[in-house]
Amino acid sequence: MSLNRLLIAKPWIWSFAATITVWIVTVLFTGGASSFGLSQAALTFAAFSVVVGIGQMFVITLGPGNIDLSVPATMTLSGTLALKLMDVQDGMIVVGLLASIGIGLIIGIGNYVLIKALRIPPIIATLSMSFIVQSVAIWSNRGLRIKPPETLASFATSSLFGIPNVALVALILSIIAWVLLEKSIYGRWISAIGQSTFAARMAGIPVDGTRLVTYMLCAVLASVCGYLLASFSGGAALNMGSEYLLMSIAVVVIGGTAVAGGNSNIPGIWGASLFMFLVVSMLNTYGFGAGFRLILTGLIIIAVILLAGGRQSLR
Amino acid sequence: MTKTLKREEVVAARGVRVTFGAVKALDGADLVIHAGECIGLVGHNGAGKSTIVNVINGGLTPHDGSLTYSGREIHGISAARANGVRCVFQELSLCPNLTVGENARIMHAELKGWTWRNRALSLVETQLKDIFPGHSIDCDSTVDDLSIAERQMVEIAISFAGIDKRPKLVILDEPTSSLDAGLAAQLMAYIRKFVGEGGSVLLISHILGEILSTSDRIVVMKDGRVVADRAASEFSTRSLVEAMGNVVREQEFSRSVAARAGDAVLSMPPRRGHGLAFQAWRGEMIGLAGLGGHGQTEALLDLYLDRNSNWWPKRQREIAFVAGDRGLNGTFPLWSILKNLSIASLGQLATNRMVDRAREETLGAGWKQRIEIRTPNMENRILSLSGGNQQKVLFARALATTASTVLMDDPMRGVDIGTKQEVYEILRSEAANGRTFIWYSTEMDEIRLCDRVYVFRDGAIAAELVGEEITEKNVLAASFHEGDAA
Repeated sequence: MSLNRLLIAKPWIWSFAATITVWIVTVLFTGGASSFGLSQAALTFAAFSVVVGIGQMFVITLGPGNIDLSVPATMTLSGTLALKLMDVQDGMIVVGLLASIGIGLIIGIGNYVLIKALRIPPIIATLSMSFIVQSVAIWSNRGLRIKPPETLASFATSSLFGIPNVALVALILSIIAWVLLEKSIYGRWISAIGQSTFAARMAGIPVDGTRLVTYMLCAVLASVCGYLLASFSGGAALNMGSEYLLMSIAVVVIGGTAVAGGNSNIPGIWGASLFMFLVVSMLNTYGFGAGFRLILTGLIIIAVILLAGGRQSLR
Repeated sequence: MTKTLKREEVVAARGVRVTFGAVKALDGADLVIHAGECIGLVGHNGAGKSTIVNVINGGLTPHDGSLTYSGREIHGISAARANGVRCVFQELSLCPNLTVGENARIMHAELKGWTWRNRALSLVETQLKDIFPGHSIDCDSTVDDLSIAERQMVEIAISFAGIDKRPKLVILDEPTSSLDAGLAAQLMAYIRKFVGEGGSVLLISHILGEILSTSDRIVVMKDGRVVADRAASEFSTRSLVEAMGNVVREQEFSRSVAARAGDAVLSMPPRRGHGLAFQAWRGEMIGLAGLGGHGQTEALLDLYLDRNSNWWPKRQREIAFVAGDRGLNGTFPLWSILKNLSIASLGQLATNRMVDRAREETLGAGWKQRIEIRTPNMENRILSLSGGNQQKVLFARALATTASTVLMDDPMRGVDIGTKQEVYEILRSEAANGRTFIWYSTEMDEIRLCDRVYVFRDGAIAAELVGEEITEKNVLAASFHEGDAA
């Protein structure tokens, strides 16, 4: 009984349990040889999903209909422009980071202007925004692949005490996000808006201001992630964000955040991000082809959403 | 009544009881409708008019009592329709995306076969011409394109129309609410004609003039019971208003004497370009009265939203709001009682925009004691409380803020009498401390607690009553169009 209650109170436990299971199965298959390498790879790639997932989670918390589909395009544009601006010079690393944050802020404002001024539903507003952003990225990239500055590249690919640096960055961002969500007034406000926008408005919450900030936050996290990913993989590519469209939403949902809004949690995003990576690598080790892998990934997401839905209706 | 007993009973509801939770919507009401008569049904909001209409048209099954159609006891919407009962609702119930003819098809299942469109069209057109001669409605257009008055006319026409058999009883709930005087007169004339041919009409209206002139018999409801049932000729506007009202009780408290210091704290120009302007002074308790849905809630929302930025948080809250419709704009269902209480005053509970849990808990404990929220733990979810206690939390939410003005949107709906008394006490002491309360209430007892009352009618302020003028009679008189009598 008490175990049941714990599982219901802490929905992120599910994603961690699943992660550990998949990890064990994969390690057993390879005879234990890969356990350290697998863990490191999992932490590295999960870190990118965590960063975009947190941004998406804040947006989804705002309630039904709120979603940011411009995440992949924002990552691509930020990675492309930041690398171009830094132009392989170590002295420009901070400037590049600030530029990518600036890009995120502008895209976030653009998203909310479309949503609010033109009264377009977020799903369409952010999708159209993503076309604009992606086109700017294509136009500015012109097929060139610029390398990241040496120091930045080595920072993104190395580890501290065995933990990848990008995972540490993601951890710091997660802690800040957790404080914001659980302790700050802003966190209360987005949760209130997600439960009932009208009630939030009548309780004196500046609803539009809060939503604007949230869309900006999501875009900034996406562009920081693009900056990190481009540095990690040795250059920006035009399709570098594409897999993060589904990923950013999937980790939020699998992590136990209520799709209907108002209720979110950050540990679950870590569990879900690790899980998603490990599933892919498990299927790889079993030797499945890319097509079958994608089908299975889709099925897993559907299964988790079904289970999560069942869990919520039990309450 | 003895005279009419010989006539055929179309519908008879006797001793009907309907309860919604703790609320007794109908408490042993009797309503018998005979063929060839028009009955006027009047009463306050919440008196049970709509409930008894829903019982008669089969939408609600009474929990107690008997309901017979032409002497046979049957239930259900289809049974009611089979017995010739038709209903025109206050909220228009046409499908806006269909044409007038297609809407007629929905009501009249007999319109079958290849040519149903043409037959539906001619049916509605004939009927419209019968009721509203000289109308200019194009029956081929979709309902979307019609004005609100035209929609109402179409709905009335469809209900009176009959192919094989005419309806026996047509229930008209506020049929003239969006018709102008000319159209209303045409409708009233048609009702008399329909009744003369042996049909029956149950007419619900807040326009007492048309009730008095059109009905044969008037039934007055109050608190779920029928309190008067007499021939229309025995009523006058005055006696009808009196029959609807409560017995005026003695005032058991003294109103604060109007001591208006300085400028008004809140003001609003006349709404919809007519009526009176709204003004409120510090420490006043102002009631918004009138029939439900005549613009009081909209006025409160306007007052609130005009003074609350949607973009920037305010350092100092000036105005707070207590919801009446908790599910719509009051509670946050996923949250604990404490979080629901503190949400409006987080600014004063925070350092550097971070909520201080200890101060929040102190605030919660203080209000739990002061307003007696009945829960073992403020961390319990808000939905674990009864409705009345949830309402107390919403009161505490508004009173805990530093706001000098509190707007209340009929907040005592579904609240038991004990809680009400506790809240009245708190309101009085807060008003004495200089807070201004603006209170929309559908309950006369609460309106009489106010220092000053604005009576709303058709979205605008129709009258202002001060101090001793606030009586049920005056409020009711200002709420109704007195028709020709005025």
